[in-house]
Amino acid sequence: MIEALELPFLQRVLAAGLLASVACGIVGSYVVAKRISTLAGGVSHAAFGGVGLGYWLGFPPMLGAAAFGLLASWVICVAWRRMGSALDTMTSMVWAVGMALGIIFVSLAPGYAPDLMSFLFGNLLFVPWEYVRLVAALDVAVLATVLLLGKELQAVAFDEEFAQVAGVPVERTFLLLLSISALTVVALIRVVGVVLAIALLTIPAMIARHWSDSLRGMMLIAVPVCAACVLSGLTGSWLLADLASLSVPPGPLVVVVAVLAWTVSGALRRRRFAGHAPVSSAA
Amino acid sequence: MSEPVIALEGVSLARRGAAVLEGVSLTVAHDDYLAILGPNGGGKTTLLQVMLGLVRPDRGLVRVLGGPAGRAHGQIGYVPQDVRFDLDFPIRVLDVVLMGRLAARGLLRPFRAADRAAARAALARVEMAELAERPVGALSGGQRQRVLIARALAMEPRVLLLDEPMASLDERIGRNLWELLGELARHMAVVLVSHDIGAISHHVRSVACLNVRLHGHPSRQLSAEALEAAYGCSVELLLHGHPHRVLPTHGEEGDA
Repeated sequence: MIEALELPFLQRVLAAGLLASVACGIVGSYVVAKRISTLAGGVSHAAFGGVGLGYWLGFPPMLGAAAFGLLASWVICVAWRRMGSALDTMTSMVWAVGMALGIIFVSLAPGYAPDLMSFLFGNLLFVPWEYVRLVAALDVAVLATVLLLGKELQAVAFDEEFAQVAGVPVERTFLLLLSISALTVVALIRVVGVVLAIALLTIPAMIARHWSDSLRGMMLIAVPVCAACVLSGLTGSWLLADLASLSVPPGPLVVVVAVLAWTVSGALRRRRFAGHAPVSSAA
Repeated sequence: MSEPVIALEGVSLARRGAAVLEGVSLTVAHDDYLAILGPNGGGKTTLLQVMLGLVRPDRGLVRVLGGPAGRAHGQIGYVPQDVRFDLDFPIRVLDVVLMGRLAARGLLRPFRAADRAAARAALARVEMAELAERPVGALSGGQRQRVLIARALAMEPRVLLLDEPMASLDERIGRNLWELLGELARHMAVVLVSHDIGAISHHVRSVACLNVRLHGHPSRQLSAEALEAAYGCSVELLLHGHPHRVLPTHGEEGDA
């Protein structure tokens, strides 16, 4: 196992998984606190339209995914806030339209799309260095955003009306939050795929919520929890292949591990706070 | 005589074709302590939102601290109705109060020790200093209300607007809050809205009645005519000098 770590492909996989966990844990905490996880789910499925467009026109599918993800989050935001459309119906529509466009574009593309499944359900195993560098850049952008605009993001997430009274540019801040969420979800597509990205974004943050009463605390917990889920999924997939000759993709394993961890965490928390105030974790 | 801190002139607003505010004119001086009474659905919250620049009226003029509404960030403190909050939101008391320092600190700058000191001072003022690290979801309704007041005070505002501040409080905590508001009203203009005539009782300095239209110019005396016009039912006014009491007499018990 130790020698295996010297393999370049494994280094790439680990670097990609760990770097994606940084953005995932931070952005996921906002998404869970603000209760916009369905919105993030819509964005990740809409991104599939961009994947299809990339196949059809011959540019990198991830680029298309990022463009469609951003576009989808802006469309939902504008329709919701300016035109008063209901958020859930708008999200479902963007969700479905993105998938529909993706399938149409892929079917228009010449020949067979060999790694389509890896976009739907993730594939870290053959991840290129290029992706690792992009995720590192995303981490820098997310961290810079949180350091510079953390107090505005928190205010808008908690109480938009008061944030506006206090002079925070509420709509632009919210759009920024949606944009970094969209880019993070797109980055997670490589790890667990379009269908499962929303699970990896939210479950580690939900586990973190069990043990923290602040956004900052949630982030500090969610990042390592996310990394642990990704590593467990990868290890599980490798072990199944090595020991039982079973070929199980790591993406779905990552999600299953995360859900199991959430269940255990919830049970532990109940036991610890039995008889205490439901929310308080103060000693 | 200094300029009024808030001046509304002929403010009208309709939603889905129904008038919410109609021809509302009102001035608030820097030393006013005003209660706006009115039934539910009478436009009280909307009136505050107009003053805050959160809602733009269809017609009429709004001036706040000498400028248009929505520009006086950090000078106009707002205590919203507590019922809207997501109690599951992961945030502690001190972080909520720190939001009052957003305007003073400005964009792209993290809060500093001075902001935290100001937030703690505001919490001390509402006797909540020892709960600074508590998650907001673990507070009682009365404690939450005081946190929201502390958040507004952390702005060091020149005007304080409160939406139904007594709604979720028991009598004892309500009494403490009246004392606090009376004390604050000596340093800043205070405007509060309420649907509960009894609650306003003897605390504020002037009263206006709002039911889409503003009835009776804000005055030191609560007139029976103004209340009757606002509530659309006959109201008996009992004055015992100071403090005075107001009791509505309906045809039968219950809502009009």
